[in-house]
Amino acid sequence: MDTLISIKPLLAILVSLLAVPLIATSRSPNVREGWTFLAAIVKFAIVASMLPAVMSGMEISYKLVEVLPGLSIAFRVDAFGMLFALVASFLWIITSAYSIGYMRGLDEHAQTRYFSFFAVSLSAAVGVAFSANLLTMYLFYEMLSLATYPLVTHHQDKEARTSGRKYLLYTVGASIGLVLPAMLLTYQLTGSLDFSPQGVLAGNASRGTVALLLFMFVFGFAKAAIMPFHSWLPAAMVAPTPVSALLHAVAVVKVGVFSIVRVVTGIFGTELLHNFGLSTPLLFVAATTILVGSFIALSQDNLKRMLAFSTIAQLSYIVLGTALLTPKGVTGGMVHIAMHAFGKITLFFCAGAIFVATGKKNISEMTGIGRRMPFTMLAFFFGALSIIGMPPCGGFLSKWYLVLGALQADKIAIVVVLLFSSLLNAAYFMPVVYRAFFCPPEEALFEARIQEAPFFCVAPLVITAVISIGLLIYPQPFMQLATMAAAKFTGF
Amino acid sequence: MSAHYPALVVVIPLVAAFLVLIGSLLNKRLAFPLAALALLGALLASIGLLIRVMQVGVVEYHLAGWAPPIGIAYRVDHLNALVLVAVASVAFINLLGTRPLVADLFEDRLGPFYTLYVLLVTGLLGIVVTGDAFNLYVLLEIAALTGYALVGMGEGRAPLASLNYIFMGTVGASFYLLGIGYLYLVTGTLNMADLAARLPALYPSRVVVSAFVICLAGLCLKMGFFPLHAWLPNAYSHAPDPVSSLVAPLMTKVMVYVMVRIMLFVFTPAFAFDLMTISAPMVWLAVIAIVAGSFLALSTRRIKRMLTYIIVAEVGYMVGGFWLGNRLGISGAILHIINDAVMTLCVFLTAAAIIARTGSDRIDDMQGLFKKMPVTMAVFVIAGLSIIGVPPTCGFFSKWYLISGALAAGQYGFVGALLLSSLINLVLFFRIFEIAYFEPFEAQHGEHSPGPGRVLSEVQEAPLETLAPLVVTAGLLFALGIYAGDIVSLIIDQAIPVGIL
Repeated sequence: MDTLISIKPLLAILVSLLAVPLIATSRSPNVREGWTFLAAIVKFAIVASMLPAVMSGMEISYKLVEVLPGLSIAFRVDAFGMLFALVASFLWIITSAYSIGYMRGLDEHAQTRYFSFFAVSLSAAVGVAFSANLLTMYLFYEMLSLATYPLVTHHQDKEARTSGRKYLLYTVGASIGLVLPAMLLTYQLTGSLDFSPQGVLAGNASRGTVALLLFMFVFGFAKAAIMPFHSWLPAAMVAPTPVSALLHAVAVVKVGVFSIVRVVTGIFGTELLHNFGLSTPLLFVAATTILVGSFIALSQDNLKRMLAFSTIAQLSYIVLGTALLTPKGVTGGMVHIAMHAFGKITLFFCAGAIFVATGKKNISEMTGIGRRMPFTMLAFFFGALSIIGMPPCGGFLSKWYLVLGALQADKIAIVVVLLFSSLLNAAYFMPVVYRAFFCPPEEALFEARIQEAPFFCVAPLVITAVISIGLLIYPQPFMQLATMAAAKFTGF
Repeated sequence: MSAHYPALVVVIPLVAAFLVLIGSLLNKRLAFPLAALALLGALLASIGLLIRVMQVGVVEYHLAGWAPPIGIAYRVDHLNALVLVAVASVAFINLLGTRPLVADLFEDRLGPFYTLYVLLVTGLLGIVVTGDAFNLYVLLEIAALTGYALVGMGEGRAPLASLNYIFMGTVGASFYLLGIGYLYLVTGTLNMADLAARLPALYPSRVVVSAFVICLAGLCLKMGFFPLHAWLPNAYSHAPDPVSSLVAPLMTKVMVYVMVRIMLFVFTPAFAFDLMTISAPMVWLAVIAIVAGSFLALSTRRIKRMLTYIIVAEVGYMVGGFWLGNRLGISGAILHIINDAVMTLCVFLTAAAIIARTGSDRIDDMQGLFKKMPVTMAVFVIAGLSIIGVPPTCGFFSKWYLISGALAAGQYGFVGALLLSSLINLVLFFRIFEIAYFEPFEAQHGEHSPGPGRVLSEVQEAPLETLAPLVVTAGLLFALGIYAGDIVSLIIDQAIPVGIL
C-alpha cells in the first residue's frame, strides 16, 4: 500500500482547536458563529481534500513526535478513518447552523463556552479517526471525554451535575480502568501499538490473554455504550439538543465504536479472533445490547431518551458487523457509521426543533404535532425509516449488508436478531409519526397552523433527511470506503 | 568555570543566603531580588552541569581540592544532574510565583524568610549533588532545620505541626546517620563510591544488613512513606502557602532520590534487590501507601490537606516503582521524581493563589471560581489532569513506565493500585472542578456565613506575577510529557546501572 507523508491530517485536527481562541474572544455572537462556520468548513475541506488519495488506495501518514521509544503521536488516514472523519466534519457544519437556531431560539446562557468546547470536541473526534496507533487514539479519546463534559453539564443545574458525574465516571473511568492497562499489556506483549491490517497480537498471546484483552477493550471504550456500560448515554441527554445530536449520536458514541472496531481489526486482527473463536462472545454482547436497548426504547416517553436507547442499540450494529468477521459484515458495520449518523442526527434535530417551537419533550404531548410542524415531522419520518432500515433510506443498505454478512458467516441467529430488531425499531418509531399526523382533530394538541422552529433549526434537519434518502441511491463515498476498509481488514 | 559547576550549585545559594540576610538589614526590599538571583545562578549552574554530564559523563569534583577519603567529593552523574535541575527550577519558579504572597504574609520578616528559603534550597541541592554519605546527612539537617523554621512561621497550628515534624524528622535523620555510622565502622569510609567498592566483600555481615535496614527506615520516615507519613499532612497543610509550595514538591522527592542513590550506588542493586529479600514487601507496602493516601485524600474537603494526602500516595508510586527492581520500574520512579515535583508545585501554587484570593482553603468555598479566576483554574485543571494521568501531560508517562514495570515484574497488585489511585484522583479533582464550575457565587450568599473568607464577589484573578509562573509550570507539564521518551532514554537510562534489566 502506498503511503503519502503529509501534514494534512494534523491540520484537519488542529483547525477547530485553533479556532477556539477566536471563538472565545469574539465580541459579537455573529462574529463568533462566523469563526465556527469558517473552522467547520475549512476542516471539512481539508478532510475532503484527502479523499481522492484515500479512494485511490493510498494512505496518508504524519508523525508528530516520538513520545516513548518506538511509540509516537502519529496519524494515518486510511479508508475507515476517512469514512468517520468525513461524516463527523460534514455534520459539524450542519450542526453549527442548527446550534445557532437552537441556542438563540432558547436564549441559552454561556454560548461562547458552548461553541468553544464544541470545537475542541470535533478536534478530538477527528484525532481519533486519524490516529495511527493506540496511544494517539487514547490521547484523543480522553480529550474528547473531557471536552464534552462542559457540554453535557451545560445547564449547570442539579440534574446536569449528576449526569456529568455519571458521564465522566463511565467514559473516563472505564478508559483508565480498562483500556489503559489493556494497552500497556498489549505493548508489553508485542512491543507495538501500531494499527496494522492483520493485528499485532497474533502469535504473541495465548487465547486466554487475547480474550481478556478483548473484554477490556470492548467494555473499556464505554463511549460505545455496550451494555452494561450504557447508562451514561441516556443521562447525557440533559445536554442541549445539538450536543446530543452531534456528539451523542455521531461524534462521541461513534468514537467509541470506531475505537472498538479499530482495535478489533488493527490490534487483534480478524484472523486471530476467528482462530480463537472469539467472534461468538462479541456477537453475543452486541446482540444483547441491540435487543435490550430496543426493548427499553419501547417504554420511553421522553423523546430524547428514547432516541438515546435507540442509539445504544444501533451502535451495537456496528460492533456486531465487525464481530461477524466477514467482508460483508464488516462493510455493513462500517457503512452503518455513516447511515446511522445521518438518520439519527435528523431525529435529534427534530426533537430539538419540537422543543424550541413548543417546549415539549414527551412523546405523549406530541399528538397532532404534524399539523403544526409538517416539515420537521416529515423529516422525522424519514430519519426513522433510515434507522429501521427501510427503503427509501440509507439505513436499508447497511442492514442489508449486515444480514448478508451474517449469512456469509453462517450465523442464522444473528439474522433473526437483526430482523427482529428492525421490527422493534418500527414499533417505537412509527407510533410517534402516527400520533403526529393521523389523529382525529379533536385529540390533536396543536392547531392546524404551520408554525415551525426557526429557519436555522429546520433547514439542517431537512438537509440531513434528504441526504439520508439520497444515500440509498448514491451511497458514495461511504460505501466504497467501507468496502476498501473491510477488504483490508478481512484480507479479501 | 564549567569545571566548578558542581560546587557552584551549592556555593552560590549558600553565600547568597547570607547576602540576603545582610542585604535585607540594609533594605528589606533587597531580599527578594538577591534570593531570585541566587536561585537563578543555582539553576543555571545545574543546567550547565546536566549538559556537561550528558556530554562527557560522570563529573567528579573534590571540594577545595582535597581528594577523598579525606576531602568531600561531589560526584555528579545523570541521576543527580537531572534531579538538580528539577530542584533548582521548582525552587526558582516558586520563588517568583509567591512573591506577592510573601510580601503580604511576611511583610516585616522578609529578610529571615528569604534567607531560610535560600538555605533550604541550598541544603536540598547539596543533598543531591554530594557523593559523600556523611556530607549528605549534614545537608539533610540544613534542609530539615530551615524547613522546620519555615513551616513554623505559619499561623494557627503551624508551630505544633512543625514541632511534630521536628520530632519525626530528627528520628528519621538520626536513623540514617546511625546506618551510615555502621557502614563507616566496617568499611572505614564515607565516600559513596568507596563504600560501594568495599561493601560487597562484607555482605554477609550483620552490621551491613542492620545498616541497610536502619538507613532505609530513616529514609522512609523522611519521605513520608506510609505508615510513617503521619507528620506530613499536618506539616505541609499548616505551613504558610509559599512554604508548602516549596517544601511539598521538593522534600519528599529529594528523599526518594536519596533512597535511589543509597540503594543503587552504595549498597548496589545486587544487594538491595537480590540478597535482601525485601523487594516484594516494599512493593506491597507501596500498594498500601497508594491506596491509603488516595482514600485519605477523599476524606478531606480542604484543598491543601487533600493535596498532601495525594503526596502520600505519590510517594508510594515512586517507592513501589523503585522496588520493582527492573529498568522500567526504576525509570518510572526516577521520571516520577521529576514529574511529581512539577505537578505538586503546580497544584500547590494554584492552591496558594486561590487561597490568597478567596481567603479559604475549603473546596466548598471554591464555587464559581472558573468565572472569577479563569487562568488559575485552567492551570489547576491541567495539573489535575496530569495527576490523574491523562496524556499528553507528564503524569501519564511516568504512570506508563511504572505500570509497564509492574507488568514486567508480575506485580499485579501494584498495577491495580496505580489504576485505582488514578480513578480516585479523577474523583478528587472533578469534585473540585464541579464545585468551581457549577455553583455561582450569588447562590451561596446568605446561606452560610462567609466565615473568615473575604467577600466572595470581590474575588478576582491572581496577579500577573503569580499567573506567569503558573502558566510556565503548566507548560512544563506538557513539555515533560512530550519529551518523556527522550528524558528516559538520554538521561535516566544512563543513570541506572547496566546490570539492571
